Amino acid sequence: MNGHDEDRMKQLLQQALPPVEGEAEPERDLWPAVLLLLDAESTASPLLRVAWFDWALLAGLVGFAAFFPASIPVLLYCL
Amino acid sequence: MQNQPSSVLNEFQQGELNAFETLFRLHQRAVYGWVLRIVRNPATAEDLTIESFWRIHCAHARFQPSHGFESWARRIATNVALDYLRTTRRETELPADIAAPVAADAAIGAEIRTKTALAFQRLPPKLRIAAVLSVVEELPGKEVAEALGISVAAVKLRVFRALRLLRKDLQQQGITP
Repeated sequence: MNGHDEDRMKQLLQQALPPVEGEAEPERDLWPAVLLLLDAESTASPLLRVAWFDWALLAGLVGFAAFFPASIPVLLYCL
Repeated sequence: MQNQPSSVLNEFQQGELNAFETLFRLHQRAVYGWVLRIVRNPATAEDLTIESFWRIHCAHARFQPSHGFESWARRIATNVALDYLRTTRRETELPADIAAPVAADAAIGAEIRTKTALAFQRLPPKLRIAAVLSVVEELPGKEVAEALGISVAAVKLRVFRALRLLRKDLQQQGITP
C-alpha cells in the first residue's frame, strides 16, 4: 500500500465514521452507578475476594498433607 | 480536563471517597468523551465510563499524584474500552446517531461507507482503537500513544496495519478503494 492508497483509505474511514463532534457529555449523572459498584465491592464476601491462586495453593497443601501425614508438623512449623 | 489541587490527588491515593468524587466530577465528561470516541455508542460509553471509574478507584493505591490524574484515567479508560471491544461481537450494527455521515463526499456512495464501517468493525481491537483515535478523531500521536501505553512509532504502525487490513477487506468485497 503506497502513500496514495493510505490517504485514500484515511479519507474513506473518515467519511464512514465521522468524528464525535463537540464536548460529549453523558445523558445522566454516573456517580450513583459508580457508588453502587463501590458498595457491591465493599459488601462482597471476604472469601470471594481471595484470589483463585490462593485457593489452589491451599487445596494443594491439604492434598499433600493427606497423602503425607508425616509432613504436617513440618508444614505447621513453616506457617 | 481541568487541573486539581495536589491535596485532592493525595487524598484520593489514600482512598478518600470525597476526593474520588471530586476527581470524578472533574473528569467524568472527559473520560466519557474519550470512551465514546472509541466505542462510538453513547449508552455503551456511559457503562464503560462507570467501569473505568470503578477500576480507577480500585487502583487508587497505585496512583502517583506527581504524574497527574488525566493521563492515568485515560489509560485505564482505554483498557476498559479495549476489553469491551475484545468481548463484543466483531460485526455489529453501528448506531445511527454516531455512524450517520454529516457531510459525506457525494462521490462516495452510501454502500461503500457502510461496507467500510462494517469492515472497520472486523479489525482487531488494538488496531481499531489506534485507527479511530488517530485517523477519525485526528488526535495527536503522542496522546494516543500515552493512552495505549505504546510509542508514537507503534501507533503509526498500528494505523498503517489497520488501513492495510481495511483495504484488503474492501477488496475482498469487490470494492476498489
